[in-house]
Amino acid sequence: MKKEEEFMPKILAFLCNWCSYAGADLAGTSRLKYPPSILPIRVMCSSRVDPLFIIKAYLAGADGVLVAGCHPGDCHYDKGNYYTRRRFAMLKKIFEELGLESDRLLLSWVSASEGTKYAKVATEFTEKIKKSGDNSVKKEIFL
Amino acid sequence: MTKALKINKNSEQGVLELLKFLLESGKVKGVFTLKKISKDGAVAYSLITKSDELKDAVPLFPLMPVNAGKLLSRFTLRGETTEPVAAVVKPCELRAFMELVKREQGSLENIFVVSSTCGGVYPLKMAVDGSIDKNLSKYWDAVKKAEIPTNLRSACKGCGEFKPYAADMTVDLISKNDIDKQCLIFLNTEKGMEFAKGMKAEFLEKELDKGKLDKFRSKREAEKKKLFDEIETKMNGMDGLIEIFGKCIGCHGCMRVCPICYCKLCEFESPDCEYKPSNYEMELKRRGGLRVPPDTIYYQLGRLTHIGISCVGCGSCEDVCPVDIPLSIIFKKVGESVQKMFDYIPGKSIEEKIPLITFEKEEFAEVED
Repeated sequence: MKKEEEFMPKILAFLCNWCSYAGADLAGTSRLKYPPSILPIRVMCSSRVDPLFIIKAYLAGADGVLVAGCHPGDCHYDKGNYYTRRRFAMLKKIFEELGLESDRLLLSWVSASEGTKYAKVATEFTEKIKKSGDNSVKKEIFL
Repeated sequence: MTKALKINKNSEQGVLELLKFLLESGKVKGVFTLKKISKDGAVAYSLITKSDELKDAVPLFPLMPVNAGKLLSRFTLRGETTEPVAAVVKPCELRAFMELVKREQGSLENIFVVSSTCGGVYPLKMAVDGSIDKNLSKYWDAVKKAEIPTNLRSACKGCGEFKPYAADMTVDLISKNDIDKQCLIFLNTEKGMEFAKGMKAEFLEKELDKGKLDKFRSKREAEKKKLFDEIETKMNGMDGLIEIFGKCIGCHGCMRVCPICYCKLCEFESPDCEYKPSNYEMELKRRGGLRVPPDTIYYQLGRLTHIGISCVGCGSCEDVCPVDIPLSIIFKKVGESVQKMFDYIPGKSIEEKIPLITFEKEEFAEVED
């Protein structure tokens, strides 16, 4: 008998070109293992991620949305990630106020040398989302 | 001690007297205020340059046809006014204007601001059927007694920001029991004092009665809590949102009247938001059905992220909503929660930066992984 397939979440990840995308690359070239749940989108800076992108992804049914950028102080554009952090905090608050699942959103700092951290973030976030289960919004019609 | 101006007329007449003085003395070249446009009680914001034209002006009329912040922004968008203009606006209209000026959508230069402690405004519907006039005496009675008049805009019922922050002059209205006999105008700034100089009125040393206003504020806060609690039971996740916003007909009237929404082309009306056949196909494959047009929730959530930080809670959005979505309470509740994170009161001070265009190096560690 075929074992019932385990739920593998779909997580959209916005990775900044200079740190987190390179970090994800390093995780790959270092042959680190992490779940195949992440769909990466490369952006030039984490501050390129308009909160609308995250909302759109959530409403489209992404089980999780990850935004990753350079550590504070290390932004390639000097201060982009500081703005990201404020916007992200705001968006999370809005989600909480409306009773939406803000736990499906994650902000993380991953540098180009942190392949291991990237693998860890991807694994842990995937585990967390697995526990929360399917994003029910993907089945909604009257959005 | 602040200086105040005492005029022995009712409050509205007193303000008119002041405006007339400002125009005739040449201290301002124009006055921006509400003016009656017809006998059935309709009013509109107007610019007046001749003092005779002030005869139908109703500067303290409890109605907000359009948030004046938006109008002052349009008036000064292409460049500051070259002549001084006195504008009589409500506190939330002033705050909206300040937020727009911060976004480089207008200029405070040469605008002399007269505001008042605000008792709130009636919904537009009551201006259409002419019922405001019938309610006026009740309205001023309630203001006098520091009560919340019935039938107000719901945003006004729970508004704690009824005292203007950055006005040059503030007209004392709330809980002043002789507003029908005497007009008291506080001169908050040097400009305010300079402009009042030479006016035939009594000058006093006086402060706004803080104790009385605090008492009124607690009444408003109690009302706000009621409104918030009520909406909170409905805002319980996506199902709740669909129930609340499901009625939305997508007219985008709320965006059009919102003083903070200033974009000439709204993201949500741009071609980017139109679905291609392939988009429909993709969505339908997964969902098995789709509202047409889609993205009602996306629009509302998006607008919350766009203007929540600067929402002044004027209630215009709810007032124009044809399907009675309690927008002003939702936006106010969510907006205030976001504003509180940054300790920000929109429109309080022109120097304060909009929180999303500035940052601290060490903050919000709790949202990082």
